[in-house]
Amino acid sequence: MINHIKHLIIKDLRIEWRQKHALGGALLYILSTVFICYLALQRLIDLRVWSALFWIIIVFVSIHTVSRSFIMENRKRYYYYQTLTSPGAFIMSKTGYNNMLMCVLSLLTYAAYTLFFRDLIQHQLLFLVTLVLGSMGLASMLTMTSAIAWKAGNSLSLVAILSFPLALPLLTLLIKLTKMAGGTFSTAEALKFLLILLLLNIIINILSFILFPFIWKD
Amino acid sequence: MERLGTVNWLRHYWWKLTGVFLVLYSVIAGLTIDVPDLPLVAQSIRNVFFHVCMWFSMIAVFFYAVICSMRYLATAKEDDDIKALEAVYTGLFFGAAGIITGMLWAKFTWGSYWVNDPKLNGAAVSMLAYMAYLVLRQSVNSKALRARLAAVYNLFAFVLLIVFVIILPRVTDGSLHPGSAEETPFAVAKMQGNMYPVFLSAAAGWILTASWIINIRVRTVLLKNQLK
Repeated sequence: MINHIKHLIIKDLRIEWRQKHALGGALLYILSTVFICYLALQRLIDLRVWSALFWIIIVFVSIHTVSRSFIMENRKRYYYYQTLTSPGAFIMSKTGYNNMLMCVLSLLTYAAYTLFFRDLIQHQLLFLVTLVLGSMGLASMLTMTSAIAWKAGNSLSLVAILSFPLALPLLTLLIKLTKMAGGTFSTAEALKFLLILLLLNIIINILSFILFPFIWKD
Repeated sequence: MERLGTVNWLRHYWWKLTGVFLVLYSVIAGLTIDVPDLPLVAQSIRNVFFHVCMWFSMIAVFFYAVICSMRYLATAKEDDDIKALEAVYTGLFFGAAGIITGMLWAKFTWGSYWVNDPKLNGAAVSMLAYMAYLVLRQSVNSKALRARLAAVYNLFAFVLLIVFVIILPRVTDGSLHPGSAEETPFAVAKMQGNMYPVFLSAAAGWILTASWIINIRVRTVLLKNQLK
């Protein structure tokens, strides 16, 4: 199982590396979105607007990135996987790969964002942990919804429709934590919210693992 | 169709009769019993017999839909899928009714139709998720695949929504509704002793009525399928 997951992730990385334009596209997506926001707003001093804009950008970047991971699988290769591996290993490899990708991309988004806008975060450690956990949660959730949308006929708009309502529990927590990182907070409270975030991630992963086999078969 | 004797008739219809009776009782008693005259809420506290019950019914119905989806995934019987779908339609209806009664109440007590409250947002998000469920169903042609994907999404969404609607409001900001981490001064005040029987019968009555609606809808669909 672990071995399967490892090899599937390596395969995804190889495909990604061979199609560099896709990764370049994601980077360009981040830069241009942040730049459009910069042109429209010029200056951001309100933490609420800062965090709202930031997380909206992250959500769109993750929808763009994660939905691609199923679209790039063609039907024939999919039948090949069905003979090779188990559904659990397949979804875990996709989830794991998307988690890694989104961690990197969200850190890059943060870098681009603070390049154009003033960095309003005062407690970097708290924010970075939130960012990593949050982007991983979004990536896991989106992996599952894009698997559903992929089976339903591969439309991008369906991914967005299916995942926006489900992203809200995560986003509420993330915005809450961002506000803490940009202002005052007590360590106990921050830890409580980080723990809830972590539990939510675990729940999403367990659900994907249990439910994906039903999507897997034709 | 065979004719039923009185005993059999009662055995078949007791829950529908109880539902009708409880709803009627709660409407009449809800509008006539003495209620405490609280600041801000005043007579509008009677809405508790209607508004809250819509949410209870919605949650009960969605819960039933999830159970049907689970059963569908386990057995792949088409009936379970139809039941889940009809339960979702019914739940959306009760959700809409809950939002409308709640908005009117909010206008009178909190001053505007929509306030930023975790429970309100949770309700709105659940409605969005179940509408997404309907969109998902529309976009798949194959019957079996549609049923399976819909069931998977239903389960996935339900668990996340439970976290959003029930767990998060208890740990984040105080809600204007009762039953959250910190009670705000504008929270709708506690019910008085004589209101509980009416409230409970209203809740039970509306849930029974909702089951009846689902029952009729499912039977209609099954009959239509037979005719095809």
